[in-house]
Amino acid sequence: MTHAALLVLADGRFPAGGHAHSGGAEAAVKAGRITCAADLEDFCRGRLHTAGLVAGALAAAAALGLDPRELDAAADARTPSPALRLAARRLGRQLLRAARASWPCAELDELARWFPKGAHQPVVLGLTARAAGLGAPDAAYCALYESVSGPATATVRLLSLDPFDATGVLARLAPELDEVARAAVEAAGAAAGEGPQALPAASGPLLEIMAEAHAAWPARLFAS
Amino acid sequence: MHLDHTHHGPAAVSADAHRPDGTRRALRVGLGGPVGSGKTATVAALCRELRDELSLAVVTNDIYTREDAEFLLRQAVLPPERITAVETGACPHTAIRDDISANLEAVEDLEDAVGPLDLILVESGGDNLTATFSRGLVDAQIFVIDVAGGDDIPRKGGPGVTTADLLIVNKTDLAPHVGSDLARMAADAKAQRAELPVVLQSLRGESGVAEVAAWVRARLAAWTA
Ligand SMILES: Nc1nc2c(ncn2[C@@H]2O[C@H](COP(=O)(O)OP(=O)(O)OP(=O)(O)O)[C@@H](O)[C@H]2O)c(=O)[nH]1
Ligand SMILES: [Mg+2]
Repeated sequence: MTHAALLVLADGRFPAGGHAHSGGAEAAVKAGRITCAADLEDFCRGRLHTAGLVAGALAAAAALGLDPRELDAAADARTPSPALRLAARRLGRQLLRAARASWPCAELDELARWFPKGAHQPVVLGLTARAAGLGAPDAAYCALYESVSGPATATVRLLSLDPFDATGVLARLAPELDEVARAAVEAAGAAAGEGPQALPAASGPLLEIMAEAHAAWPARLFAS
Repeated sequence: MHLDHTHHGPAAVSADAHRPDGTRRALRVGLGGPVGSGKTATVAALCRELRDELSLAVVTNDIYTREDAEFLLRQAVLPPERITAVETGACPHTAIRDDISANLEAVEDLEDAVGPLDLILVESGGDNLTATFSRGLVDAQIFVIDVAGGDDIPRKGGPGVTTADLLIVNKTDLAPHVGSDLARMAADAKAQRAELPVVLQSLRGESGVAEVAAWVRARLAAWTA
């Protein structure tokens, strides 16, 4: 068991497919909602407290050992947009490949058998953290950080935003990320006793609606 | 990596030469190179040339559209279920080298859906001279440049030109019109690549893709031997 595994898993270069996804930033940029670093910060803050919180709690719950099939159903129920469900499953499948190569174990093999086309990414992330010997807070942190780092790097490419400004946004969000991580882990603990219905169901309606529109664009840089 | 020797279930990684059911998987050939050099045209020509003798499929990596896949569909070089488009998030080289998971999924899904396959062609989105395919994704790679991009490209080298298993210098029919010196391009390529093969080709010419198709057949013979 090693805590440094967290660095491997959270590394933006971990080959799990995230680079092709913008976390809704491409649609928001096109709609004129993100035009500068300040907008990016607002956008990321919104994601952190909605999609991020849900993903963090799912990942933490999976890391605690809750049944991934139940968690996957809970993730579906919390993801109204079919396009986002599809993206989450694709990313889950891609992450599972990298996870099984990095931390091979029976639990991940079983997950691959249950979900040959992929489970929701946060669920896979939680089980990956578990396989790497990490805990529920680590899993929550990874999920939450991804929920904001994805849009930040995508915006650097989409708007030619100064990369130092984008990184500054992430740094400023860090204390808030700590708070949301605590809430996510707490919810996961509750779910361990009461079942997945105790998990948060926050959602950003505009993220879901824009994701549907984005999926139908004939030309786009990012898959979601 | 052969992780499946200790674990049951579907393969964890897929550079393995065998599929989970024990059969040999398709040979995967990557085609990379600068924008507009003739990758899709070469893929289309290879499909026409080889489709009667081999079971084929194609994965395209467009940068921001599905145009390559749609071109191949419009040209009807293969049935639609044998062509898959992968989205690459503004970084075509990442999807073929640093993070190959989406492409691996595409090739595996094609083998599941329309297999068994002999050959899968993976076209990269047009990129720069440093873009190369990971050995975890393809078994061999073709780098396609053209005479119109400047006849000093072979001399400049770079990983694509120097290390690809086959270098195609395409659109030789245009050489007189753009003032490119074919003999010099061939000599520079030879100097960069030592024993690695180079094909000068015009898809508008009579022999078209024949030489490249012969190279693919040879790779396939070695793969199945
Ligand atoms: N004259 C001439 N034109 C060619 C030849 N091969 C391809 N072309 C043309 O060059 C253009 C670009 O070819 P594509 O095959 O689309 O190039 P590509 O490398 O796939 O381009 P991207 O995917 O956009 O990077 C098309 O108009 C082709 O018809 C050739 O040998 N001679
Ligand atoms: Mg093309």
